[in-house]
Amino acid sequence: MRRVLAILLCISATASLAQQAPPGATTCSGCHGAGSTLSLDGLTAAEIETAMAAFRDGSRPATLMGRLAAGFTPDEIAAIAAWIATERSVE
Amino acid sequence: MTLDRRQLIVAATGAALAAALPKALGAQDRGRVVVVGGGYGGATAARALAGFGHDVTLVERNANYVSCPGSNAVLGGFADMSALTFPLSGVARPGVRLVQDAAIDIDPVGRTVVLAGGELLGWDRLVLSPGVDLRFDALPGYDEAATEAMPHAWKAGPQTALLRAQIEAMDAGGLVVIAPPANPYRCPPGPYERASLIAHYLSQNKPASRILILDAKEAFSKQPLFMEAWDRLYPGMIEFRPPSFGGRVVSVDPAARTLQTDFDEVKADVANVIPPQRAGHIATVAGVADETGWCPVSGVTFESDLVSGIHVIGDACAPGAMPKSAFSANAQAKVLAQALDALFRGETPQSPKLANTCYSLAAPDYGFTVAGVYDEHDGKLSEIAEAGGLSPLGASSDVRALEAEYARSWYGAITREAFAG
Repeated sequence: MRRVLAILLCISATASLAQQAPPGATTCSGCHGAGSTLSLDGLTAAEIETAMAAFRDGSRPATLMGRLAAGFTPDEIAAIAAWIATERSVE
Repeated sequence: MTLDRRQLIVAATGAALAAALPKALGAQDRGRVVVVGGGYGGATAARALAGFGHDVTLVERNANYVSCPGSNAVLGGFADMSALTFPLSGVARPGVRLVQDAAIDIDPVGRTVVLAGGELLGWDRLVLSPGVDLRFDALPGYDEAATEAMPHAWKAGPQTALLRAQIEAMDAGGLVVIAPPANPYRCPPGPYERASLIAHYLSQNKPASRILILDAKEAFSKQPLFMEAWDRLYPGMIEFRPPSFGGRVVSVDPAARTLQTDFDEVKADVANVIPPQRAGHIATVAGVADETGWCPVSGVTFESDLVSGIHVIGDACAPGAMPKSAFSANAQAKVLAQALDALFRGETPQSPKLANTCYSLAAPDYGFTVAGVYDEHDGKLSEIAEAGGLSPLGASSDVRALEAEYARSWYGAITREAFAG
């Protein structure tokens, strides 16, 4: 299992620059990229997706993210969260 | 070994993505791209395109880029010019060739760019991110020479330092006039953040001074939030005068430092005239600017509606609904890079979504935002009505302080993505 995991991570890492970012995903690094105090490092796709869903329905307080999350469907959020979690593994 | 939940999710995500991988970039798919302009749009685009494996030349005339975002903090006396300044060399990454020179001519048929130094660059796709040119033919009396007496400070650099020096040298009790243009122009909330942060400095150092905004428009970006902040932080110091109250400036006299409005003549101690703007000159040379002065482009690929093979991003472009901001330029650059990569591979670029967030400060610890989310319809970007909008009115000082902190975080992230090595 350890080897399988390592191979999977390698595949995603080497390919991720060419990986198709889903619509909306590349916008996020304008605020959340390296150099931000609001880095998404260490968050899994599931954690990002859960947070965005809570911003979207207002159950999680926010200064800004509620207004942005309202512009994305649950499917779009899931795809963006998966891409961000994988993209970060390159660094 | 057993995997915990997080590892399983990571592994599953990797597997799913591995199954959906596009083919590797072959030599025949490698595009030659020239990017003109090394600001938030061009620098981000160059780095993102190189990240996809394409062959990128970035042409920028200046050795340093000086950021407009953050420049009002210099005017407010709580940031240095060094915090705005990013060396072109920082943009370097494998696959990006940096050329410090000015593009002076473009042949869209032969697909070449001529540089002032004589070099001829060939391209498969050309990206223009030229920012704005100030129009010195739009306001009688306000020509290039007038910018010494009445700085615009709408391109950060020496003009920022000059305006700051004039504000510092002004006698206590003086009048600062800010004259913003009609829409559209670079950074819609910028003049009002500027008024706020100059007021911050004056309220601490020359409290009897006043700021008068002589505006060419009736309403402005984030107006309720700025007005609320001015009442709270600087009561009585800032006056906004729209055209219906005689605020429209019709001519200026730089030597006398006076501004003539529809209604009367105003004598300023410091006059900050922000003239109307258009796309940077190279856009006109390339034939991609229309009669409005801006560049109509696709909201999918940012390719010009007027000249094929030339793409325009940032303040110069008109892709639909997005405002002219550094955030927009950076977001557009990343969508453009992905779209060009698809085109070079012979694939169809996806219909994108983009966001914009503009932070403004009314004081060093008082921030708020306007945001928007955009998607594409019939080739142009439109704003999603259910999303975006302003920070709430009436928020606590803690919330305003948090947004000011996030504004600084945003600046750190976007400048690192665009400029920092």
